Amino acid sequence: MDKIKCDCGHVNPEGTVLCEACGKPIEGNQHIDGNDHKKLLNMRYEGSARRSKTYTNSIVDKIWSFFSSVKVGVWLIVIALIASALGTIYPQAQYIPPEAISRDPAVYYEATYGLTGKIYYQLGFHELYSSWWYMILLALIGVSLVICSLDRYIPLRRALKKQKPKRHETFIKRQRFFSETDDVTKEEIKRVKENLKQQRYQISEENGHVLAEKGRFSRWGPYVNHIGLIIILIAALLRQTPLLFLDEYVWVREGEQTVIPGTDGEYYIENKKFILETYSEEDGEIYKKALEKQEEMVPKNFQTNAVIYKKKGEAVVGAEPELEVVKETEIRMNEPAKIGNGFTLYQAGYQLNEFHTMSFKVHRTDDKNQEALATFTVNMNDPESIYEFDDGLKVKIDQYYPEYELDNGEPRSVSKFPRNPAFVFLIYPPNETKPEVSFVGIGKNIDPTNENEYKLGIVDFDMRNVSGLTVRKDYTLPVFIVGALIFMIGVIQGMYWQHRRIWIHPKGKGVLLAAHTNKNWHALKQNIEKALANTSLNIVEDQQELDNDVSKQGGES
Amino acid sequence: MNLLQFSNGMLYASFILYLVATAFFGATIKRKKGAQKGLSEKIAVTLTIIGFLAQLTYFGTRWAASGHAPVSNMFEFVTAFGMAMVLAFIILYFMYRLTALGLFALPVALTVTGYASMFPSDVAPLVPSLQSHWLTIHVITVALSIGILSISFIAGLIYLVKFVDQSSRSKQTTWLELVLFTIFVFIGFIVVSVTFNAIGYEAKFQYIDGTKEVTTVYEMPPLVKPHEGEALTPEAMKAWFQAPSWMLGKDAGRKFNTLIWSFMAGGLIYLIVRLAGRKRVGALLQPMLKKVNLDLVDEISYRAVAIGFPLFTLGGLIFAAIWAQIAWDRFWGWDPKEVWALITWFFYAAFLHLRLSRGWHGEKSAWLSIIGFAIIMFNLVGVNLLLAGLHSYA
Repeated sequence: MDKIKCDCGHVNPEGTVLCEACGKPIEGNQHIDGNDHKKLLNMRYEGSARRSKTYTNSIVDKIWSFFSSVKVGVWLIVIALIASALGTIYPQAQYIPPEAISRDPAVYYEATYGLTGKIYYQLGFHELYSSWWYMILLALIGVSLVICSLDRYIPLRRALKKQKPKRHETFIKRQRFFSETDDVTKEEIKRVKENLKQQRYQISEENGHVLAEKGRFSRWGPYVNHIGLIIILIAALLRQTPLLFLDEYVWVREGEQTVIPGTDGEYYIENKKFILETYSEEDGEIYKKALEKQEEMVPKNFQTNAVIYKKKGEAVVGAEPELEVVKETEIRMNEPAKIGNGFTLYQAGYQLNEFHTMSFKVHRTDDKNQEALATFTVNMNDPESIYEFDDGLKVKIDQYYPEYELDNGEPRSVSKFPRNPAFVFLIYPPNETKPEVSFVGIGKNIDPTNENEYKLGIVDFDMRNVSGLTVRKDYTLPVFIVGALIFMIGVIQGMYWQHRRIWIHPKGKGVLLAAHTNKNWHALKQNIEKALANTSLNIVEDQQELDNDVSKQGGES
Repeated sequence: MNLLQFSNGMLYASFILYLVATAFFGATIKRKKGAQKGLSEKIAVTLTIIGFLAQLTYFGTRWAASGHAPVSNMFEFVTAFGMAMVLAFIILYFMYRLTALGLFALPVALTVTGYASMFPSDVAPLVPSLQSHWLTIHVITVALSIGILSISFIAGLIYLVKFVDQSSRSKQTTWLELVLFTIFVFIGFIVVSVTFNAIGYEAKFQYIDGTKEVTTVYEMPPLVKPHEGEALTPEAMKAWFQAPSWMLGKDAGRKFNTLIWSFMAGGLIYLIVRLAGRKRVGALLQPMLKKVNLDLVDEISYRAVAIGFPLFTLGGLIFAAIWAQIAWDRFWGWDPKEVWALITWFFYAAFLHLRLSRGWHGEKSAWLSIIGFAIIMFNLVGVNLLLAGLHSYA
């Protein structure tokens, strides 16, 4: 380690560009911050010794330098930006609409978008945001955040702690804001100091050299917000573990009670009622015009009135669990219900008018009055296979199609939900072993042989609604919240405050005046103008304006 | 007169006031260097503030009349965006006292507000997913933040109009013309919409949206019909071609048709200006900015991002995530609008990091502020037109 001793006596670490104490440029290191061909000094990191710029030989050094570069960081952000945009060209797999030709991604993209869709699918862009390379990209940004911050924060903090009010003349002259006044009285200096104090500057002095400083804490803003971002990335990582994150979905029919998935049989839910409200004229004259334009009804409320139960004591295998009511609750969109143990239920979907029960009667085909010989009720979710009657008549359910559809002449069920039930019944007349076949559904009653002696008819039915609820447990939320909060604190700290410094450097009878801020030069100039009012001190010149042509060439990262 | 009519009247009044204020801002450019703050400047600023107060009254009374914050559809949101832009201008004006900012910010805010009024302005009741206080909090913060970020664009535009050498054609002059042309397209959109609305033009089409058969009403002659659409109004003009199948948003065909009309009308107005002035529009504007200090404009452009970025993070990402968690059980769902909010955030994050490097001040930074605004506008206009998602409610 080659420490560098400055003329002022301060010992600087290797790689220092500007002496931490007096700011004098250290010979041989000026190329690091690009000061060598510039009038103005690069003050971004106070000319402190950053590891990435000092040690560049070993592989570790090279990796460190790579990730600590702002240029690399910006490239990573730009790549993430472009990648994110690519994922919005076509919908992600999860957003394939239910009415699509096929919900199978392998079919959907090519069928809907042709060749480009096929390529999109084959490149895996349909699940881009969970792809391994997108994850790696985010991880690299995370690494860059950590290394960038460490590389700069530590030396910067050191430099700002070691800074002295007395600065080297070169440092003063090579600041962006600078002025020189030949003749200044002590009273005037005193007045300037007073004025600066009034503007809430902290004043420190050393042999007549004055440093007025405010808002230093804003320099830490970037590092604070980077910590917030890292916490958010860690939270995203934690979310991948089932221990902390659970996502389930449950359908509950009105009047039914079912175990809540994901709770290990701990919690049960009973759906008392599902309510769908739509807007009508009564909701106010003001909505009339908008509602008239809508062809469909505009929903007003999705609500499930539910009772939540918790299992009591230890479960006995095979026995019905004993339940106690936890709470009665109304779950609405935007008003999820917390049920305890970290579980939350969200109103996520619904199914209206599902058939619950259907009642049939059996009568003779030739009976004009269709007098019932027997009646029976079928529970759509749990139909019995055979219904027997006193006189020996039997009705057997041969086929049950909960959601009936004729597919190329073949009957089939679209789903297992009884939305359009249809049955193939076998009717065994008393003392007969050969059944008659009957097909009965909504608006359909078919006798394939046309020789049936008995006929079935629907007498009654009962419909109910089904609520779709998401079950969530997410212990990572507090981590995200903490990360977001820290990020906001850091970004506000860094953006809404500025680190302003004004140096007064006595020289002969007069003084040199210099000032620096990390942003908002306009306000700094106003501060100075106010402080120098009614004194003979010259207002600072913006040397960058004069330096404009030089600063346009070449960059630094 | 009921409250809603009064509210609409106030919006109209604010529009007129901004228009007059723009004229007065125009008059300030003739003021000689070193002269006292001119009368025209005072009038311009006062009119802008009165206009803003009128628009604020529109906002408040519409809120009172409808029972919810007027940020629930495209008309309301884009109007709020225009209003936020004026507010951001007023704030930055009092920080930097740059009248040229008003000369550019007000016309852009006027265009945005005009664009908003092309959407249906009926007060609509809130569907269940929107019934949340987070609607108010999230959308208003987003509107404020993009209003401020837009001022970065305005300052960037001023920088380029002044900076780009107009004596000969170059890559810069071409790109700058393109940016200015885009503003003409928006104006073109407003002009054709108002014209065909006045005539009461109508053409109906039937087409298949997914598996549903829907009808759509064109209020402009159909140059392009919906994909595999069938004309229901034989007296209307026959469409030249049909929209490609990959345009997914609601009523994509109609919107695409409107876009073509806007380009045609905007192009025509642009041509007239160009021919009348015998110069590039950038060159026509340049003399107005003689007195403008480039370093100051550059700083305003950066400052606007410095103020707007934290606000955008809060409104566009954090508040959005909280609401999404409550309404849709997940705080982040990779919905196109969400992704484009993230892209906006990435972009301005990159912008702020580039400002750390010396070479990225001035011209480059000005170009970046224009790209940033383009991304915001894409999220506002493009995502609804081209991409389907949870937010494409208009």
